[in-house]
Amino acid sequence: MDAVHTISDFQHKIDSDLNIEPKDVMPDKYRTHLIRQMSQHAHSEVIGMQPEGNWITRAPSLRAKQILLAKIQDEGGHGLYLYSATETLGISRDELIQQLHEGKAKYSNIFNYPALTWADIGAIGWLVDGAAIVNQVSLQRTSYGPYARAMFRICKEESFHQRQGYEIMANMMKGTAAQREMAQDAMNRWWWPSLMMFGPHDSDSPHTGDAFQYKIKRKSNDELRQKFIDKTVQQAEVIGLTIPDPSLKWNEEKESYDHGEINWDEFKSVISGNGPCNKQRMDHHIKYHQEGAWVREAVNAYAQRTQRAEAN
Amino acid sequence: MDTQLDLWEVFIQSKAGSHHVHAGSVHASDEAMALQNARDIYTRRNEGSSLWVVPAKYITASSSADADMLFDPANDKIYRHPTFYIMPEGAKQI
Ligand SMILES: [Fe+2]
Ligand SMILES: [Fe+2]
Repeated sequence: MDAVHTISDFQHKIDSDLNIEPKDVMPDKYRTHLIRQMSQHAHSEVIGMQPEGNWITRAPSLRAKQILLAKIQDEGGHGLYLYSATETLGISRDELIQQLHEGKAKYSNIFNYPALTWADIGAIGWLVDGAAIVNQVSLQRTSYGPYARAMFRICKEESFHQRQGYEIMANMMKGTAAQREMAQDAMNRWWWPSLMMFGPHDSDSPHTGDAFQYKIKRKSNDELRQKFIDKTVQQAEVIGLTIPDPSLKWNEEKESYDHGEINWDEFKSVISGNGPCNKQRMDHHIKYHQEGAWVREAVNAYAQRTQRAEAN
Repeated sequence: MDTQLDLWEVFIQSKAGSHHVHAGSVHASDEAMALQNARDIYTRRNEGSSLWVVPAKYITASSSADADMLFDPANDKIYRHPTFYIMPEGAKQI
């Protein structure tokens, strides 16, 4: 049998590229790192529903509204896959939500920006989901089994998210001058925050060491960011959008794009609470979590009553 | 008196990292016996790298009579599939 009973078995499994499963013995550092990363990922899926949810009632057609609803519904599902996978590490859903509300757990910084126009819904699907896909595809090879399997399921569903966003952008670029301007404006506002989604440069990424040693992370922040840029530039060109980076240039030698400086001061400022929507996102989550308490209580009370009735 | 013992459902993970997939069931008096029986009955040819056994009474299944009601609503939501979207000519890797 394949159970891991000692830490050296653990290391052996990691070294031979085998997945770690919930019942395997694992170092505390591995468990802690996973809980931090997976819960942050789960929270991001759920908080990410807010900027898009803001546009459901204002979607420009029934078709657009159905698609947006389905997309946001998927994100809720992604959150649930990831919470369940995190719970296999011995932490409860309740604790995870509490950590979010107390600010001890983070969510992706990108969702602290507002979705101002309909073009933002296009930009979010195309760029934000696009960046998330690059990251999630690489996490399909993460060492923790439940996390890797959640990533496979999620990646299968993400492809429509990116396409629906790109379709919105492509249609707007075929529209009036005002629509094209709106699309370019959304592009200008979402491009840099999308690049920041991959996190700090490898040279100053605080968690990189452990994550690589344990094969939780398989590709570095900069590698993933590069991958995203290289596939996205062509897509922008095809529909006539300009990437808002004057330094962006094809580098023949490395066969990929060079890009301009990322504004890390903005990143740090937003991540430490000063983004346009940090407070709104968290207040909203706390409010609806608290307002939903009666549902959880009612369900519990009902379950207890049924159990009593069965016992009698 | 029933001497058949309890029914347990068996799930096999074929190789490390993949999903546990339902294989069948066994009769057993407790967890250890269920695991043992599952191993003997379902993994004689290296079918698995991990086993789950779950008391059958704890599995709640939907009934086939409800299949339409449960799964039909997904049929007309073809926009959940990436192939629903028309991508601009020449766009790559999307
Ligand atoms: Fe998602
Ligand atoms: Fe998505």
